[in-house]
Amino acid sequence: MPLLTRWFIRTSFVYLGIGLAIGILLAAQSLWSSMLPLAVFFSGYIHLLTVGWLTLLIFGVAYWMFPKYSQVQPRGNDALNWAAFILLNLGLVMRLVGEPLDILRRNAFWGWLLVFSALLQWLGGMAFILNLWKRVRMK
Amino acid sequence: MPRLSVWFIRASLLYLTIGFTFGALMLANEGFAIDLHIDHLLPAHMEFLLPGWIMQLALGVAYWILPRYVKGLPRGNEAMAWLSLIFLNTGILLVTINTFFPLAWFVVLGRVFEAVSILAFLLVSLRRVRPSR
Repeated sequence: MPLLTRWFIRTSFVYLGIGLAIGILLAAQSLWSSMLPLAVFFSGYIHLLTVGWLTLLIFGVAYWMFPKYSQVQPRGNDALNWAAFILLNLGLVMRLVGEPLDILRRNAFWGWLLVFSALLQWLGGMAFILNLWKRVRMK
Repeated sequence: MPRLSVWFIRASLLYLTIGFTFGALMLANEGFAIDLHIDHLLPAHMEFLLPGWIMQLALGVAYWILPRYVKGLPRGNEAMAWLSLIFLNTGILLVTINTFFPLAWFVVLGRVFEAVSILAFLLVSLRRVRPSR
């Protein structure tokens, strides 16, 4: 299993763990009158599971298992693949921090953080798709 | 990778591209309210990323990688599998039209297409879920 796949898969399981923990807190919120506005984490919770866990896990396995691109570059442009991994993670973490804070204390800084988070995740996704597209072909 | 899997997986990557783009627009709009109408993309964002990206990718990879039949066609009735691809994508597009034009019946029809697509896929591939030889 290539190194980047291990990073994708291990990171995805970290997000799954955090996502499940937040899920427990969100579910338990109805049991006590908490002063913590946990609902601000709801969107982050969904994206921890769908982007952080599912998408990163799929990317990791696809990077490993899909047909090779060429003898020289079996998995496409690896600099671009690593960039995708870093951009997706950076963007997702920025969202997880920025979104609740933007709801609770709305100001331009948190607003810009969300804009950058959106941009980084989008760039990360596109970089990975660009590489993977060439590997989706008949043998 | 068989031709049908190429179509399933490439379609899933196209939906991922559009779904990610809609998501990025909505998140940026959360930071700075650029246009309130951007929030209306949410149902299309979810449709493109769940049935469009994840479900379609799963079907494409399953069709490629599940153990093949020993007798007859190795991956079963190919026409039926193609029908599954066509019905799934028709369903996704019908459901998504409702995001831009309020046509509630299209959502119902779209979901029926999606269900028929999965049924067709199961008929072709379910018996391939067995121990490898």
